[in-house]
Amino acid sequence: MDNQISMLTKRIIPCLDIKDGRTVKGVNFENIRDAGDPVELGAFYAAQGADELVFLDITATVEKRKTLSQLVNRISHHINIPFTVGGGIGSIEDVSVLLQNGADKISVNTAAYKKPALIEELAREFGSQCVVLAIDTKLESNGEWYVYLNGGRLKTETRCIDWAKQAVNAGAGEILLTSMNHDGTKQGFALDITGTLSRLLPIPVIASGGGGTGEHFVDVFTVACADAALAASIFHFKEIAIPDLKNYLFSKGIRVRI
Amino acid sequence: MKLVIVKYNAGNIQSVLYALERIGMEAVVTDDHRQIMSADKVIFPGVGEASTAMGYLQERGLDNIIKNLEQPVLGICLGMQLLCRYSEENDTTCMGVFDTTVKKFTGQLKIPQIGWNNVEEAKAPLFTGLAANSYCYFVHSYYAELCNQTAAVTEYGVRFSSALQKNNFYGVQFHPEKSAKAGEQILTNFLNL
Repeated sequence: MDNQISMLTKRIIPCLDIKDGRTVKGVNFENIRDAGDPVELGAFYAAQGADELVFLDITATVEKRKTLSQLVNRISHHINIPFTVGGGIGSIEDVSVLLQNGADKISVNTAAYKKPALIEELAREFGSQCVVLAIDTKLESNGEWYVYLNGGRLKTETRCIDWAKQAVNAGAGEILLTSMNHDGTKQGFALDITGTLSRLLPIPVIASGGGGTGEHFVDVFTVACADAALAASIFHFKEIAIPDLKNYLFSKGIRVRI
Repeated sequence: MKLVIVKYNAGNIQSVLYALERIGMEAVVTDDHRQIMSADKVIFPGVGEASTAMGYLQERGLDNIIKNLEQPVLGICLGMQLLCRYSEENDTTCMGVFDTTVKKFTGQLKIPQIGWNNVEEAKAPLFTGLAANSYCYFVHSYYAELCNQTAAVTEYGVRFSSALQKNNFYGVQFHPEKSAKAGEQILTNFLNL
């Protein structure tokens, strides 16, 4: 790190997968009337102390744009913390509609890889602060982390670190880094690649994939120097409540908003 | 009460409108001089680049309108910076309400600062009712230096003015519209002035 003093906190970010305007991964809450409603679930997390939210739209139908912009509009009316919207975003027009409906940031993934100028265009038009580059990456047997596209189904020959550097130069404001080796395992975050990017890049890195316990979050913030950590099912299934997680991090000397 | 949000080419107006709605307030979004001057309170938001925004305001004569307002004015983020004397961002002369300079963060910390940071030494009336050292949400690469109009201090490599106040003019570097309960309290305090 460095010797400048910063009081900035580490961010905890629940991620909600959305399909046709509803959350899709199972959710197990007593306090939620309709766990399928992304707005109610998002508001619940916000009230619990989530620092930001990510809504990832996995709808594949042609109606997608309309349902998503309507949903974003509802979210922004009801939620008092920043939120990012991602999933199939590929053009300035897509982004413009989402921002006009109140999204704070958008995340791009496959479309940006296929057309890197998209990042530049979005940064110029809307500012880097709202352009999050999502990277799905996987450690191969040769010891290198490669970029995967299409939700992890398509391997590329590009190293994660090279794509991340290129994206920063193009104007990405944050990197949302998901390790496919760790995602869903609850065995801990990918500390090596997360740490490499966090130390190398001049922009914040959000770690995703593998968070299962409070210790995992401590490690990703201290060992890997991540700026934020994202998780889904451990929050949805109440394996860790956000207030408990933040209290635990605080007890370990990590700066969090409580 | 007539609440006006100044409409110009620097983003995030929608978020401010929705945040006001959540605390039960409606606002008019306009760049009409007479409507702005006749408002009871004026919010001057902003996300974007300083010289472009100042150029836009000057072309429309809005800079002179805003800096001469006598009712409570709240500048948010870039809005607050444009109320300062000068911004290093593309060498921009600003409106000069607050007697301080806007500089770029330097050093090893990540730029922009993105996230929740402490708001310390926060002064009434804008911060009345907030817990000491409340957290607010920041997204910025430039900061206003400390001065005798500093109304709150935040530390990110350097201690800077996270809020300013001079007479009827208030400014916050963070986004109260995205700062959960703390932000809602600050907006409510401004509306109650």
